[in-house]
Parts: sequence; C-alpha cells; structure tokens
Amino acid sequence: MSEHEILITVLVMGAGTVFTRVLPFLLFSGKRQPPPFVAYLGRVLPYAIIGLLVVYSFRNTQLLQYPYGIPELIAMLIVIGLHKWKHSFMLSILGGTAVYMILVQRVFV
Amino acid sequence: MKKKAFLAALPFTIPIFFGYLFSGIAFGILLTSHGHAWWWAPVMAVVILAGSMQFIALEILAAPFNPLMALAMTLMVNARHMFYGLSMFDKFRNAGVRKPYQIYALTDETYSVLCEVEPPEGVDRDWFNFFVAALNQSYWVGGCTLGALAGSAFRFNTKGIDFVLTALFLVIFLSQWESTRDHRPALIGVGCAVLALLLFGPDNFILPSMIGIFLLMVVLRKPVEASVDHE
Repeated sequence: MSEHEILITVLVMGAGTVFTRVLPFLLFSGKRQPPPFVAYLGRVLPYAIIGLLVVYSFRNTQLLQYPYGIPELIAMLIVIGLHKWKHSFMLSILGGTAVYMILVQRVFV
Repeated sequence: MKKKAFLAALPFTIPIFFGYLFSGIAFGILLTSHGHAWWWAPVMAVVILAGSMQFIALEILAAPFNPLMALAMTLMVNARHMFYGLSMFDKFRNAGVRKPYQIYALTDETYSVLCEVEPPEGVDRDWFNFFVAALNQSYWVGGCTLGALAGSAFRFNTKGIDFVLTALFLVIFLSQWESTRDHRPALIGVGCAVLALLLFGPDNFILPSMIGIFLLMVVLRKPVEASVDHE
C-alpha cells in the first residue's frame, strides 16, 4: 500500500471504531431498552468473535509443509500453560511470544 | 475540582498503565517491523484507539488496499463496543462537552474501570470519568510511540513477533472460557471459523464465518439464551 492508501485505511478503521462506540447512544439513549434479540446477541457474540479471531491469527499456519505448525502448537501450549498457572495476561502473552520467536528464529529455521 | 478529580482517578488507572504500556510497546515494535514509519504508531493510537483492532490493522495494511474489507473487519472486531455504551447512558448523562470524548475513548479497559468504580465522595463524577479515559489514552499513545521509537532505533530480529496477536486472542479466549459455563458461543465461533477457513481459504473466510456464527446464534437462541441467563 502507498502512504496515501495506508492513511485512508487507518481513517476508515478509526471511523468504524467510533461508529461502534457511538451507535448505542444514537439508537437507544434515554429510556429505550434495546430489543431482546439485540441484547441476546450482545451477550453471546463476543465469545464467538474471539473464537473466530483465534482462528484468524492462525490462518496462515501451514500444516502440510515444514515446520507443520509445530512452533505454533508449542507456543500455544506455553500460553495456555502460563495462563493456567499465573492468570497474568502480560506473562502469558510475553512468554508465548518469546518462545515462538526463539522457535522460528533458532530451532525451526 | 479538576485537580481533585484527577488525583482521585489516577490510582484506578495504574493497572491499566502497566497493561497499556506493555501492549503499546509491543504494538509499536510490531508496527516498525512491518516497515512503517514510527509516527504511524501515535497516529493510529489516536485515530483508532482500540488495542486488538490496531494489531489487526497491521495485518490489513499488509494486504492489498481494500477499504471496504477494512471497514467490515473493524465493525466485526469492535462489535462488542456497541454493548458497552448501553451501560454508560447514566454515567455520561451530564458529561456535557466531555460526552463525545468519553464515547470516543470507551476502550475495553476504560469501560471496565468506569463500570466497577464509583468516584469517591466529594469528587465530581464527570471530571473523574473524563480523567480515567484521558489517562488511559495517554498511556496507550505513550506506549505505542515508545515501542515504535525503540523499534526504529534498534535493529533486531523481529521474526515471529506477530505471535503477540495470537497470544493476546488466546488469553482473552481462555479467560472468557473460564468465566462462563456455557461454551457453545465460543465453540460456535471456533467451529464456524475453522470450517470457513477450510472451505474458502485464509483470505476470504471472515465474512462466511460471521454469517455462519450469526445463523447458528439465531437457530440456537432458545437453549443458549436460557443457559446464559442462568449464569
């Protein structure tokens, strides 16, 4: 992308983000409650979307050619293990990323 | 009045300070490793101001120019924000000129502080809320800038650093998993995404997975809603 295209894309993403934050105030401000169906989606969609994003972040992992997704698998298990152990977001993210970087830079080259 | 509200808000933002500084630095380093100039970090931290969205933005910027796809992705990733506002009507009712800022700056972390914390006795609620949001944003902008400056000052092998995004989503997924008993919504998300990825490939699976998730949520509304309401 050119700098120009990057700027447009960033502005679009900024506008989209503001839109999601403003929308409830535009639609339901005051006493009006959101319809039950909207409230239901609001409770369940965040869980599904994070699940989708986990898959999204693995989308370019090649399982059928070297290194067969092994670094990703190991780093994922590290993240899960650290999370189960300490429940610290920072530790799990930092530890998992560090292990993954070592694996792809030094082990599975 | 302002000073008192500032000093009352400050301690509640300290945990966010560490979280934002750390993930902001990670974002800044990742941004420069993608070849962008450092000043894109503060620009994005101000224009987008959404942690996970900014990480995804780097992926979007690495793909061919497609603003519509970028918009669709933003709306999906940030859809949860629509439900944050619902519980902020009363809190922002008298915010006056600060109200547009409070809505713009309603990140996950600021939302969680504003939800859980009431300003102490004698402290102006609207200035208190304002300083919570403004302090948090300053940490985020600062962290992103710092990381980007470090990333462009020191050359180091950043191969694999993009796993930070994977790790971020994984821990959010895990902590959500632990906080609920009904795992169907989470499994629907993973299941639809894996199926769509296999069918449509890595570049075109987001939209089909969203449609799949939405349809399954509609079909399973009765049982899922019943069990979610019990929690």
